[in-house]
Amino acid sequence: MKRNLPLLIIGTVLLAALIGGGILYNRSKPAPTADAQKPQAANSAPGADPPRLRGNANAPVMLEEFGDFQCPPCGLLHPELKEIEKQYGDKLVVSFRQFPLAQLHKHAYDAARAAEAAGLQGKFWEMHDMLYEKQKEWEFAVDGRTVFTDYARTLGLDVERFSRDIGGDVATGRVTLDMRRGKSMGVMGTPTVFINGKLVGEKDMTRAGLTMLIDAALKAKGQ
Amino acid sequence: MPPVLPARGGRRRLYLLTALLSLVGLGDSIYLTVKHLTGQSVRCTISTGCDAVLASAYASVGGFPLAAFGALAYFAVFSLATLALFGYRGARMLLLIIVGLMTLMTLRLLYLQAFVLQAYCEFCLLSALITLSLAGLMLFSFLPQRHRDSEER
Repeated sequence: MKRNLPLLIIGTVLLAALIGGGILYNRSKPAPTADAQKPQAANSAPGADPPRLRGNANAPVMLEEFGDFQCPPCGLLHPELKEIEKQYGDKLVVSFRQFPLAQLHKHAYDAARAAEAAGLQGKFWEMHDMLYEKQKEWEFAVDGRTVFTDYARTLGLDVERFSRDIGGDVATGRVTLDMRRGKSMGVMGTPTVFINGKLVGEKDMTRAGLTMLIDAALKAKGQ
Repeated sequence: MPPVLPARGGRRRLYLLTALLSLVGLGDSIYLTVKHLTGQSVRCTISTGCDAVLASAYASVGGFPLAAFGALAYFAVFSLATLALFGYRGARMLLLIIVGLMTLMTLRLLYLQAFVLQAYCEFCLLSALITLSLAGLMLFSFLPQRHRDSEER
């Protein structure tokens, strides 16, 4: 018995850790429908105009994402959203709103302005995709702007104009307006998604969850 | 790793303290792992401090929360300290190696919090304090006690 005592102690601690962790996990899990499908604030700020839309502007369902290009969970959501866009085709329009968490991510603000600067030359979505897809390449870069300027070159943009626009009033103003809209809608973090104006809860921020909510929104529109 | 003689005197207290400290570290790491799994990994938030650290790219390794590796390490330290307490001599060397690796990792994480993220998470700092205390205990067990060891036998 004494020979096995240390193993007994270790086993007991392991069991206690697993049970304790399990209980804590269950208690900490967000309530299933707590914040999901909460209606959007009625008097939310309008955001940058025109909004950055991808897909059929008259689609019955609009998915509005508040994103930060340097936020890892946003980077993970990006390929899922692209697949969802393909899946729904003309029935879905995606709107991207800038919500850079500058105090958390060193290059987030510049990345947001880089996308807007590219947008001034008609290549917002190309830069948007590139920033997300190459997030791991630039998130720890010393000088983010140099990297973004290289991306602009790759996309065939007028680099001189891009370099001017990235710090210009238009790009900065659009980012500010989008952030104002996000804050007026209660956005606290990224990615935050609204489907036809209804907040998507954290538990539904998966491809399956989003698909289910888009289907429900289509059904509500009689589609 | 055959059992030899149970640790005695100062060495016994030292392994007991190591085991107790690692239990506190284990609890802290489990809490951080759960916090990561239930929210911080899916959303970056405006609030700084703990959230800034836990939502950063450094908080995960290969998709797994770093805190989960911490919990495994603390559990290993607890197990080895318990074995050492009961006289399994090989456990001492393994304990030293694991605590050495944990100390290096802790120093790196402290550097990241101070100079890269410029944000501190109190639960991460508690873990750092525990690991550095464990390192102190290990040094104490190996350096000045050699002499006492031979006296005990």
